[in-house]
Amino acid sequence: MTDLSRLSSSVLSGDVNTVRQLTSQALSDGIAASDVLALGLIAAMDVLGRRFGDGEVFLPDMLVAARAMHAGLDMLKPILAGAGVAPVGRVVLGTVRGDVHDLGKNLVGMMLEGAGFAVRDLGVDVSPQAFVEHVRQDGAEIVAMSALLTTTMPEMKTVIDALCEGGVRETVKVLVGGSPVTETFARDIGADGFAPDAYGAVAVARLFVAAT
Amino acid sequence: MTGPGMFRHLAFESADDLVFGRCPRPLRCGFGVELGNGSVAPEVNFTLPAMTLCEATWSQAVDHYRVMATEIVGRALFLKAPALVLEFEHLPPMTERAEWGAEITALLLEILRDAQERHGLASALRVTVVDTRLRQRPPRVRSDDVWLPLEASLRACAGAGAHILSIESEGGKEVCDAALTHGDVDGVLLALGVLAPADMDWLWTRIVGICRDSGAATMAGGDAACAFANTAMQLANQRMLPETFAAVVRAIGAVRGLAAYERGAVGPWKDCGYEGIILKAITGSPISMEGKSASCAHQSPVGNIAAAACDLWSNESVQHVRLLSGGAPAAFAETLLYDCRLMNAALSTGNERVLRDLLVESDVCLSPQAAILSPQAAFAIAGAIVAERTPYARAVAAGSKAVELLRNARDAGRLVLSAAELAWLQRIDAALCAAPSDVQELLARTQSRYGHLYDAASYGLQ
Ligand code: B1M
Repeated sequence: MTDLSRLSSSVLSGDVNTVRQLTSQALSDGIAASDVLALGLIAAMDVLGRRFGDGEVFLPDMLVAARAMHAGLDMLKPILAGAGVAPVGRVVLGTVRGDVHDLGKNLVGMMLEGAGFAVRDLGVDVSPQAFVEHVRQDGAEIVAMSALLTTTMPEMKTVIDALCEGGVRETVKVLVGGSPVTETFARDIGADGFAPDAYGAVAVARLFVAAT
Repeated sequence: MTGPGMFRHLAFESADDLVFGRCPRPLRCGFGVELGNGSVAPEVNFTLPAMTLCEATWSQAVDHYRVMATEIVGRALFLKAPALVLEFEHLPPMTERAEWGAEITALLLEILRDAQERHGLASALRVTVVDTRLRQRPPRVRSDDVWLPLEASLRACAGAGAHILSIESEGGKEVCDAALTHGDVDGVLLALGVLAPADMDWLWTRIVGICRDSGAATMAGGDAACAFANTAMQLANQRMLPETFAAVVRAIGAVRGLAAYERGAVGPWKDCGYEGIILKAITGSPISMEGKSASCAHQSPVGNIAAAACDLWSNESVQHVRLLSGGAPAAFAETLLYDCRLMNAALSTGNERVLRDLLVESDVCLSPQAAILSPQAAFAIAGAIVAERTPYARAVAAGSKAVELLRNARDAGRLVLSAAELAWLQRIDAALCAAPSDVQELLARTQSRYGHLYDAASYGLQ
């Protein structure tokens, strides 16, 4: 029987080939794809997250591991989809109109993907209409917006209004963040959640999906 | 003489001469402000609170700027400041609509002129436009559709009387962002040793021309590696990147800055990339720096040491919210004014080296980013840069010197590095040692990783 902890170690060391080989071996041993995902791939990213929190590894190391994780995930996806196992949640992510700061937004996206969310990253300078369209198109459960400028923060409210007008506000949870954004601001504009950093964003997103 | 490769020597005899408030090439600007001629002046930057910026709110925005500037000037007069520099850093719509940027420029000038006429306050206004050229991916930074609107804004602000024209330009950022997130030295060399210097060369030739057209009323002030070095620092602040990496990126970032001077920029260099001290060592021109009193904008591990060789001392940016003492911009102006008072007292009593050394000593051992900003370290990096002729060779030299300085400091017990930081320093060192010998080889080596991100022709590479 394939040792899933070996799979985790290979993800941690960014060893794409071994991840592919062990994923395939685990599946042929009859281990459920959802277990390979949770106990092999996502478990590794959780370990890495802790090491990251302790300052032992940095973002570039995370990206190397993420690439290895995706190599395994790509093999699991068709099976998971066939078995009706959906991603943890679907997120439409973007930096709002008028704002091109994207590093924080990118980090939020990477962490969400690492945690098993399917993320549609719309990029920067994203119009409210684009958020609405992609919520419809992807059947997303979460809209995640980033803003770094005091003059683009109000754009988050415009997006929420557009979601209402587009008739999809009830179907999504709205998560906001960025250095000038506060919890109070988030509440005032009618967002469902706020996170001060990328890890917080994952925690809030997990709460969102747990509640649905 | 201007042109690529014009800087072959340092402007100072020794690192010990690199001190705040003094420059071999001082400047006079605006309403009687002297920069680098024996004193340090505050540079106050201020911005709007959370609000939408559009036609309907524009008059409110103008009111905010009027109130902020009036309160800052009031604080400066109350504290008997000998000089004051204001920085009006555009928000994107102010560059996109040239008349908006020009309107605020004119308003701020009126307030400063009045303070000079009625109270004798020496002052100057720096206007920093937004680099709006990089919205498309890959960006075509030289194409008319992105350059002409930016040019219109620069001309409008110069026409409205800006004393100092600046920009935080971003050419090369499309590659640098990816290189930073992957901790990739080759990518940093491509961005900061090839693309960004090429863009600076092109852009600053034009900005200098616009200033010349203004009849020399407007100075070509300079740029900052904000999109590169400050971004790396922010990533390191959040422990996304090792600090050693951010420190090396900052040293390499100075190479890009030199290209602006080679095209005729005169300073004062802008604050937010912190590479100014290296540029001052080479050009002898005044620089603005920010540190502890810019904690309103972001955190940094170089709060004191950043002041070691500044000629303007800035707060980066503060939004217009009320604090107990009044508006936040006026409050931070007061902080800067007191910082400057202390530096000026040191200068007038011959104690500037003592204060400088204390500012350095208090930070230098605690962070790799501080360790490369001491006058000695900056001088050594500057020396490595001018020993080479091309931007690419200079970038490799600057990075290698920074690594050497960090390693020496650590070996001598003057800098503590965690095991993870030390491992990264070794990785960076190995990557720099294995750097391609010329640009063609670098382009070939990085093509598969970064080729899709930038348009080579926009950097004169085809
Ligand atoms: C969905 O849920 C979530 C949850 C959490 C979320 C989230 C979403 N999004 C973010 N988070 C959170 O998690 C992330 C990771 O932990 C964190 O993301 P952050 O983005 O905070 O953190 C990043 C990892 C690192 N941080 C950053 O990348 C931002 C750092 C600072 C210094 C900064 C940078 C680097 C840049 N800038 Co800009 N910039 C500043 C910034 C200062 C600051 N205090 O933030 C700020 C925001 N900028 C400012 C300005 C003025 C500007 N900038 C501009 C440009 C740039 C650069 C391009 C040069 C560069 C961005 C590079 C990039 N690729 O993004 C211009 C605007 C461009 C535009 N149209 O948007 C320009 C207008 C400057 C000019 N005149 O050209 C100031 C804002 C002033 C204001 N009124 O609000 C500023 C505070 C700096 C300053 N001058 O003081 C959290 O906030």
